[in-house]
Amino acid sequence: MAQISTLPLTAVALLAVASPSFAQELNALVWCDHTDPALIEPFEEKFGVTVNLKEYEGTAAGLAILEQSQPGDWDVLVIDAVDVGRAVEAGYLAELPADQLPTADFFPEVVMAENNTVDGKTYAVTEKFGYNTISFDKTKVDPADMEDMAALTSGKYDGRIGIYDYYLPVLGLVALGQGINTADITAENLPSLRDPLMALRAASKQVSDVVSAQTALATGEVDIVVGGGEWLTAVLAADNPNLDWTIPKQGGLRWAQSIGVVAGSTQPDLALEFVKYIVSPQGQARLATSSCYWGMPANAKTGDALTMEERAVLRWNEQTEYLQRAQLYPIPDAALDTAMQDLWTEMLNQ
Amino acid sequence: MGWGLVAPALLWTAAFFVLPFAAMVALSFAHMEGREVVRGFDPGNYIRIFTDWTMLKALINSLEITVVVTVVSVVLAYPLAAIIAFRVPARWQRLALLLAVLPFWTSYVVRSYAWLLVLGQNGVVNKALLSLGLITEPLEIAATRTATVIGFVHFFVMLLTLTIYANLIQLSPNYARAAADLGAGRWQTFRHVILPLTLPGVVTGAFLTFVLCIGDYITPQILGGNAELTLPQLIMLQLGRSGNFPLASALSVVLMAVVTLAYFASSRWLRLDRV
Repeated sequence: MAQISTLPLTAVALLAVASPSFAQELNALVWCDHTDPALIEPFEEKFGVTVNLKEYEGTAAGLAILEQSQPGDWDVLVIDAVDVGRAVEAGYLAELPADQLPTADFFPEVVMAENNTVDGKTYAVTEKFGYNTISFDKTKVDPADMEDMAALTSGKYDGRIGIYDYYLPVLGLVALGQGINTADITAENLPSLRDPLMALRAASKQVSDVVSAQTALATGEVDIVVGGGEWLTAVLAADNPNLDWTIPKQGGLRWAQSIGVVAGSTQPDLALEFVKYIVSPQGQARLATSSCYWGMPANAKTGDALTMEERAVLRWNEQTEYLQRAQLYPIPDAALDTAMQDLWTEMLNQ
Repeated sequence: MGWGLVAPALLWTAAFFVLPFAAMVALSFAHMEGREVVRGFDPGNYIRIFTDWTMLKALINSLEITVVVTVVSVVLAYPLAAIIAFRVPARWQRLALLLAVLPFWTSYVVRSYAWLLVLGQNGVVNKALLSLGLITEPLEIAATRTATVIGFVHFFVMLLTLTIYANLIQLSPNYARAAADLGAGRWQTFRHVILPLTLPGVVTGAFLTFVLCIGDYITPQILGGNAELTLPQLIMLQLGRSGNFPLASALSVVLMAVVTLAYFASSRWLRLDRV
């Protein structure tokens, strides 16, 4: 009898201990690399909180989620570094205390104050970067050919090319191939990218998202992925050391993602702690080698937290040269963005 | 009393279908100015859908794929359902159905990626054909419309098998006996007796296949390799990339209109109560 009467109490006690609803929760709108438990669990354990993660793809989708949410629904936002301004303009990001962020330890090129700061106020901090360039299987492709984008449409690799399905970096690469800097893409010169883009499409077998592009490269369905880079091949490197990437002589694109605290967060201090954890060397090492995709950590002091093998895959020692040769994503205004997407859609349905 | 019983369902439908649908229709007549949605009555999105070849082609691609998938699935599922209903002993029929729908138990996305590996240049199909000496070069199947159709058919044959089987199993064997008594051969019995009686189940399954297939964007994206755009992919591009919700709404209304037309075209035989 006594046993029966204590059961509900035991259950309640267990629930009180085990149920996350009693713990503080942090809601983060992120990219898939943040969903790796190896990255999140150390923070949860240290602060005794639960981090709820929602993945999204594409700035438009992320901003739409924020628009449909109530203030306080979200605490942390991961966003394309070049789109921080859009989020600030829409009022979605809160100011960060710049003096608490270790940007002095960052690779100087990826501090990106021009993107993360608006009117002298810091709203986000770069957390990870990498390159959209050319990934390939070096046993099936002449690596020397990959140093020149012209090889892609020379006919030699017809039907063996995959294109990463994201218009900004690929159009940027096509522009570089035409001698146009990514920052100089305008509505006026965009039509000049049409023929080279269509030629690339004609030479390619498929236009794929991240997983499909990785699968195609790993299974030999394609031998080259335009728009790829270390983020595409690094997670496959252990099983397939033949996969490689390079920045051709025309240059490549540098992608960067930023993290910030969402305006209206009900727990801004905890959200800031999360941001600080992510840009700390330990958080950076885990984020850099996330099971979803790898990328260079923004914090240059992360090198000590990475193994030599991880540094080699990330090309740690070549970053100085790579950073010089890579340009930022195009930052189109609304009209140019629409025109670029229309061109991309036309290419997809070619 | 009657209305009281119906009210919860009506309220549910109104709240989660009628109102959202009305909002979507209203949004489809809005337009974008920069990154802002401007409400109003602007038919521009619909004009664009039917005059912009890229969009029209996406609609045509969707219809072509859907019709092929529906026809092929029916042709494959009917004999399978008939074998289970008439040839498999009654005590094994449940197991046979279970085996037929077993692939339903895996994730749709995982199954699509699995097909990608099967159909790839170094996949099971090409390796088997090469080792049998039937081909000398790997076939280009992955990242084509053929791969999309194969992925869809694999999925929908299971669905159609269930709906057709449910129809066949209800048929009294006396129909076939009576036809035989009157001198009908097996083909004549099937053509003039069995097929007309099972048509509601076939059309119901075919309609569901049509609806699910024309609204799917995962399979064309994964297996089709974006080799061509379908209407749902175009909608996703507007939602996820462009943030052009008015155009996405207009495309969705067109998609619903196509499904509605399919419903009216098949309504004569449609028996959704047999699903």
